[in-house]
Amino acid sequence: MALKDRKKILTVMIVMALVGLFTPFANDFIRLLITQTLVLGILALSVDLLLGFTGLASLGQAAYLGMGAYLTAILVDRFQFGLGCDLSLILLMGIAIGAAGAAFFGLFAIRATGVYFLIITLALGMVVWGLANRWNSLTGGDNGINVMMRPNCGVDFSNDINFFLLVYIFFCLSLTAMYVLVNSPFGRTLVGIRESETRMRMLGYNTWLHKYLAFVIAGGFGGLAGVFWTHLNGIVSPEDVLLPISVDALLMVVLGGAGTLVGGPIGAAVVVFIREYLSTLVEWWQYILGGVYVLTILFLPDGLMGLMALVKTWRTDRSEKEGAEASSGQVR
Amino acid sequence: MDFWILQAFYGISYGALLFLLASGLSLIFGVMRIVNLAHGSYFLLGAYVALTVIWVTDSWLLAIPAGALTIAIIGLAMERIFLRQLGFAPLRQVLLTVGFALLFQQGALDLWGGDNMFIPVPEYLNWSIQTGTLFFPVYRIFMIAVVAVVGVILWLVIEKTTLGAVIRATVDDAEMARGIGIDTSTISMGVFALGAFLAALGGVIGGGFTGVYPGLDFEVLPLAFAVVIIGGMGSLRGALIGSMIVGLMDNIGKGLFPELSYFTLYAPMVLILAVKPTGLFGRE
Amino acid sequence: MMNKIFKKASVLAAVMTVAALMLSGTRTVQAEEIRIGFLAPLTGIFAQIGKDMRNGFQMYLDEQNGNLAGAQIKFIVEDGQGKPPVNVRKAQKLIRQDNVHMFIGGLLASTGYALAPVSTRSKVLYIASIPAADDLTQRQKQKFPYVVRTGWNSSQSTHPFGNWACDQGYKRIVTVGADYAFGHEVIGGFQKAFENCGGKIVQKLWPKLGTQDFGPFLPLIKKDADAVFTLMVGPMSLAFPKQYKAAGMKAPLLGGGTSADEFALPFMGDEAIGYVTALQYSAAIDTPKNMEFVKNYRSKYGKVPSYYSESNYTTVQFIHEVLKKTDGKWPGLEEFVKIVGTIQLDTVRGPVSLDDDMNPVQNIYIRQVTKKKNFGYPDEELWNNVVKTYPGVSQYWNFGKETFLKQPVYSRSYPPCDHCE
Repeated sequence: MALKDRKKILTVMIVMALVGLFTPFANDFIRLLITQTLVLGILALSVDLLLGFTGLASLGQAAYLGMGAYLTAILVDRFQFGLGCDLSLILLMGIAIGAAGAAFFGLFAIRATGVYFLIITLALGMVVWGLANRWNSLTGGDNGINVMMRPNCGVDFSNDINFFLLVYIFFCLSLTAMYVLVNSPFGRTLVGIRESETRMRMLGYNTWLHKYLAFVIAGGFGGLAGVFWTHLNGIVSPEDVLLPISVDALLMVVLGGAGTLVGGPIGAAVVVFIREYLSTLVEWWQYILGGVYVLTILFLPDGLMGLMALVKTWRTDRSEKEGAEASSGQVR
Repeated sequence: MDFWILQAFYGISYGALLFLLASGLSLIFGVMRIVNLAHGSYFLLGAYVALTVIWVTDSWLLAIPAGALTIAIIGLAMERIFLRQLGFAPLRQVLLTVGFALLFQQGALDLWGGDNMFIPVPEYLNWSIQTGTLFFPVYRIFMIAVVAVVGVILWLVIEKTTLGAVIRATVDDAEMARGIGIDTSTISMGVFALGAFLAALGGVIGGGFTGVYPGLDFEVLPLAFAVVIIGGMGSLRGALIGSMIVGLMDNIGKGLFPELSYFTLYAPMVLILAVKPTGLFGRE
Repeated sequence: MMNKIFKKASVLAAVMTVAALMLSGTRTVQAEEIRIGFLAPLTGIFAQIGKDMRNGFQMYLDEQNGNLAGAQIKFIVEDGQGKPPVNVRKAQKLIRQDNVHMFIGGLLASTGYALAPVSTRSKVLYIASIPAADDLTQRQKQKFPYVVRTGWNSSQSTHPFGNWACDQGYKRIVTVGADYAFGHEVIGGFQKAFENCGGKIVQKLWPKLGTQDFGPFLPLIKKDADAVFTLMVGPMSLAFPKQYKAAGMKAPLLGGGTSADEFALPFMGDEAIGYVTALQYSAAIDTPKNMEFVKNYRSKYGKVPSYYSESNYTTVQFIHEVLKKTDGKWPGLEEFVKIVGTIQLDTVRGPVSLDDDMNPVQNIYIRQVTKKKNFGYPDEELWNNVVKTYPGVSQYWNFGKETFLKQPVYSRSYPPCDHCE
């Protein structure tokens, strides 16, 4: 592993450690927002796998979040299942249903590329929304399903600190898993496809299968995020699978920096901060959100992570220049 | 029989509205390879501007060109000042239009408030022709007529003039077009403005039919997608066929299977894209 | 190298600590300050409704100079963005950061269902001033001991309306309603009452929420129906009567309250004249109290108040009345719920009290859209003229609570369409 990579990993680990240490002591509302950031961060990771590493812009990622969320709510509501230690099963099932949903939808979506992929994922998302609305007996229709309590498995997750720690652990696991995945030969093949699908196909790779698997894995992460989403809000409704959540997820990744993994969660933090916190302070927060987004795309093609890189180059440049000047001074 | 005649008539008139909305989206994609996700916003903003003109001047006839032209200028500015900056980067450009759609949405809300409104239609369009037991609302006939006129003009310009030839060349192969000295940058700008113009025109006319209200922008956007997916992107003929198919399919589908009305639009979209990833009549 | 990282980390830690200190809200508690959190959509597609809600609330507070029976009111408005999950988080903010005594509002039924459990979990009062979902105060009531409703529930107004339709001699009615829970409940209530008194619902059509073009549905409507009962919301309310009339349909239009409420009326044309709808409020109620309210509201906010404004205005009146009984002291959560349940109030919409399940018992007005000059305003405008008042209507109408609660909540499939042809 390159030294540079090790440094990056260390930074991420320190930041995550700080988040883990700091959050339990934060005020209740802020803790809730950080928890939300981590849940959406998992969703953003799944979008990044597609957008940043495979070159597929998905505008329907909320569908998989919705599947996990509805599964959780339905099992709790109907069968009182998943309120104890069976939560671990729910988590697995959440991943499974997201992945299964993506496996089915992927059959339709993967052949499309570029903007057609964008549109077909959007259309698939709307089909899920239609189901959530219309399949009343299962989904509660427009009213959604409310989940009165969070699980209690020795540790009571009704306590927000405990719930945060649960989400935190799974976020860290997800980030690690994603990191391993994108650095595996499979991940590198995805990047190859992003760069030039034709070339990869000529090299003998089954590009369809690679893209399909990436799509399925992304769906699994989406489903996992959905399980937490239900318990975070205590309700799931068709609103949760509607376009705005998908747009937000894409926005987070673009904002943070696609193809960087940590960019998505950073973008999530920014979006959550503006949407949930800034909106308690000012009524015109939407302009900030739209403005930040437009400016990022215009001036920071690599998102906020790109900004960090820019600052670094600029500082190295300057110190090199200073160094050069200093040394030239010595010579003189 | 009556059922089928009415459904066909309603479907075609709705399709006419969809053509105005989607033809610009299709043209813009043809020339610039970007899907403009702010296209629904043009539809809504056009209607709002027209409403304002009507409040001030009391003239519906004036409101139509005023709404469409104002939005054409906004589209032009958007292309020149922002999209152009990015060079040829379709994905980033698409994402940029998402940002604009968000900004337009809140801007419209602050400028015009969030009430649900209607563009008042002049009396001479606000009646119905009766034949036997059937009623044909004149306003729907008017929508079809507008599209017929706009369609013929567009067809003449694109198929019969030098400008049209230049546009067609750019759609076919922008690189090549640049190679033979066509100013594709100006063409892009013009086509973008034209697309905004058409969408806004659709908004003004649709505003007297479906209303003008916040959220309309994102409600019509998927409809435009459906049209270009079925008709294929980048061709006027495709947009026309696509809008008629979507209009008819959506109408008849809802008429025959009302309980499936959440799916009559999206499920066929998915199926078509799954079978033919570039749309029914599309080419890559 | 390591040094640098630690430097960065320590800077980061410092920033975060400062942020934490800044964010960990102030909790100054004064004896007579009552903190009220208010959730309404202020951005997004429901923003105008949210502003109407807030204005109604604010107007009452302003009339009292922010002082209710000696209690100083701290009114904190949050933007719920019309989304249930956002409302939940904003409610958490109000509870945890602002330490509110109660939170009020929400718009959609789904938001009501999302907020009620928050009140149970956090032991904070929630007043549903708008969300109308039936089960909030019916089959799920026992889950939500701290929920009080001051608005209405979906089927409350259409129960008496069903009887009214029978009285008009209507025998066969077609329903056209937005396909979502609120629509199902409003239409279900109408069908139940109408068929109870001998009428028949012969066809039920469900265009999806947000339908713009009713073209597919208009040719389906049975030509021989005596009337068409609609449940429209938002932009659908404006588009439907226009397209209905243009298609040459002649059967009279009846509808749930939102099909022609004061939120839609100013933007409707003459095609709406004659539309009969039922609701617990009409801006045209001919009482001095209502006239004064409408005039004040209109001069202050430039529009005729809708039930969104009235309901929140009346909500403050409820709080005021409770505080009068406690001399401006916060009585505590359980005590508040107990007191508010005993109050008989003379409000803008008429006499209102709460039943055992904390849902209003109130007048239901059958209102007909009429073009007239009203309350001395110079122009002819559309008003919801009250043609009949059903006094003291409870959520269980004349069915009896026990019997009523045995049936399932109204839905797309309940009551079954036994007379559909």
